[in-house]
Amino acid sequence: MAKVVAVTGNEAVAEALRQVNPDVCGIYPITPQTDMMQRYASFINNGKVDTEAVLVESEHSSMSACIGASAAGGRVVTATSSTGLALMWEMLHIASGDRLPIIMPVVNRALSAPLNIHGDHSDAMGARDTGWIQIWSENGQEAYDNTIQAFRIGEHMDIRLPAMVCMDGFIISHSIERMEYLEDAEVKKFVGEFKNLHPLLDLDKPKSYGPLILTDLFHEYKRAQHEVMTKVKGVVLEVAGEFEKLSGRKYGLFESYRLEDADIALVILNSAAGTSKDVVDAFRDRGIKAGLLKPRLFRPFPYEEVAAALKNTKAVCVMDRADSFGGYGPLFMEVSSALYQLRNRPALINKIYGLGGRDYLPSHAELVLNELDGIAKGGKINVFKEYIGVRE
Amino acid sequence: MAETTEIRWHGRGGQGTVTAAKVLADACLSGGRHVQAFPEYGPERAGAPLRAYNRISAKELRMHCPVLAPDVVSVVDATLLDSINIAEGAKEDTVFLVNTTKEPKEVREKLKAGAGQKIFTVDATKIALDCFGRAMPNSPMLGALCKVTGLITLDHLLEDVRKSFGKKFAQKVIDGNIEATKRGYEEVREG
Amino acid sequence: MKAKGWKDLPEGSVVLEGGSAVKFKTGSWRAFRPVWKEENCINCLFCWVFCPDMAVKVKDGKRGEFDYDYCKGCGICELECPGKKGQKAIVMIEEGK
Repeated sequence: MAKVVAVTGNEAVAEALRQVNPDVCGIYPITPQTDMMQRYASFINNGKVDTEAVLVESEHSSMSACIGASAAGGRVVTATSSTGLALMWEMLHIASGDRLPIIMPVVNRALSAPLNIHGDHSDAMGARDTGWIQIWSENGQEAYDNTIQAFRIGEHMDIRLPAMVCMDGFIISHSIERMEYLEDAEVKKFVGEFKNLHPLLDLDKPKSYGPLILTDLFHEYKRAQHEVMTKVKGVVLEVAGEFEKLSGRKYGLFESYRLEDADIALVILNSAAGTSKDVVDAFRDRGIKAGLLKPRLFRPFPYEEVAAALKNTKAVCVMDRADSFGGYGPLFMEVSSALYQLRNRPALINKIYGLGGRDYLPSHAELVLNELDGIAKGGKINVFKEYIGVRE
Repeated sequence: MAETTEIRWHGRGGQGTVTAAKVLADACLSGGRHVQAFPEYGPERAGAPLRAYNRISAKELRMHCPVLAPDVVSVVDATLLDSINIAEGAKEDTVFLVNTTKEPKEVREKLKAGAGQKIFTVDATKIALDCFGRAMPNSPMLGALCKVTGLITLDHLLEDVRKSFGKKFAQKVIDGNIEATKRGYEEVREG
Repeated sequence: MKAKGWKDLPEGSVVLEGGSAVKFKTGSWRAFRPVWKEENCINCLFCWVFCPDMAVKVKDGKRGEFDYDYCKGCGICELECPGKKGQKAIVMIEEGK
């Protein structure tokens, strides 16, 4: 039986971690994640979980401790934000290269400079090439559900990869919303016992992690790493199917919102997708066939499926809450790659919004949908990449 | 009330405004409603003006941005009336609730409120000082808001105040807040 | 041995056995070979301690012959050997001579 609560995103994810009860947790505070790990530290100190907390002096150390604990054979978690994730960068590659299924909530926040504590996606987008699975969440409920599912996905014996679960800093992490918790026993059963693979602490079978591999085999190891990423989509859907049976909540590789017959569509991640859905409804009420695609699995990116979902649209805007300076927004580049394979492609534009926590308002979505409506009706594209909600 | 009620709170850091928004969200969960409570985050400084928001709805809440056109504006500190525009984005029928010693009529004149806009006042700071000796007007404001909006029953709110304050405070403080919430409910005036 | 393809590799480049260095013979790297002269040996085992691989064999605490499969000819054993009365117990001689 689900328990209905009004809690923040951070509180919900801390609760999910409590219900999973991992063996080891690397803890280092950074706004806006701090409150999540603080809550988890209380669970540890109050004896609610059996987790060994490793209090470290930096995020680089935190991820290093997690790698050691995971290689030793434990179920391991940590959480971070922003520059904390950036400081982990070197170790992120080691976690994925060593195929260690560490689970890490990432509370998305802007990167310095200038110093900013608010939500945008530049932290996780900067980590998109680190070999981690990335699952993105619109609200606290999705962050809670995705955290629980991430254990099953990353720890799957065909996968064995680390996974980050992303949610917007402050907008979700510090906002109270209604959500439903699963029972402790249900979560415990769903995630199951952790099965280790090649544990260092199995002293009867000594082994080594992190060997030097040069030109003779490195290329082969990376080819194998690419291969395992191709299997993630299937596992994500399988786990989502089981999760739906348990919770009644449906998840896929992405969410298609009123896309079936849409002429125009937004592609947008996380909390801003929710705000946009209300505006899509308003456009539908006016007779304009608007729709929305909200990616959930960003790494690996489901190119074929995204292309299939957008193939009948006439004009699409990809909304990025991060910029790749000198390039298009990171989400745009993926959607653009996906659509290139289609013979008949929709017109495609890119808007950068909400950096450093700048409010994303319904009026922004209206502006973009109106522009798309004009393009769909034969208007020309004035600019491919543009900042919106910005003062001139 | 409409399907969705959007509330904007204006307070100063340290007055319990954010806590009030949280308690309201929790109390409104009953009946299967969807709720949101979120502050406008910045450097957290005692005395600095801050805003907090609530959305209460029978429908799933997907909007993740500040409340721009509030149905209810709750002003926890009357001195803010002089420094910021608390009527920003107000609708023709927006309800204003202000913690002040002044008469509703005076506040109406000050805000130049329209005919369809309702003005309520309550001396929440005095109630708080009477009931538990601290100028923390959040619980009487919650009581008044409960009366003004009819979102929840007083009994239900009191139960939630007891639950929320019970986590942090001594019995005497909890009892004082319960009494203050009741008095806020009873003493709020329309004009 | 045939080089492995990407499908044959263990997850995460983990080396799944202990002591696998024994399979890696470094003897072919050698240009000079150490030769043990038992008559000058005081059995201090410095050569065994300093050998970076496992070319010095010791049995029951006694210095034994070199295992040239693991000797890359670095010469550290000769350098460290104290010998007896000014005579080294290990001398390096050029391979092929």
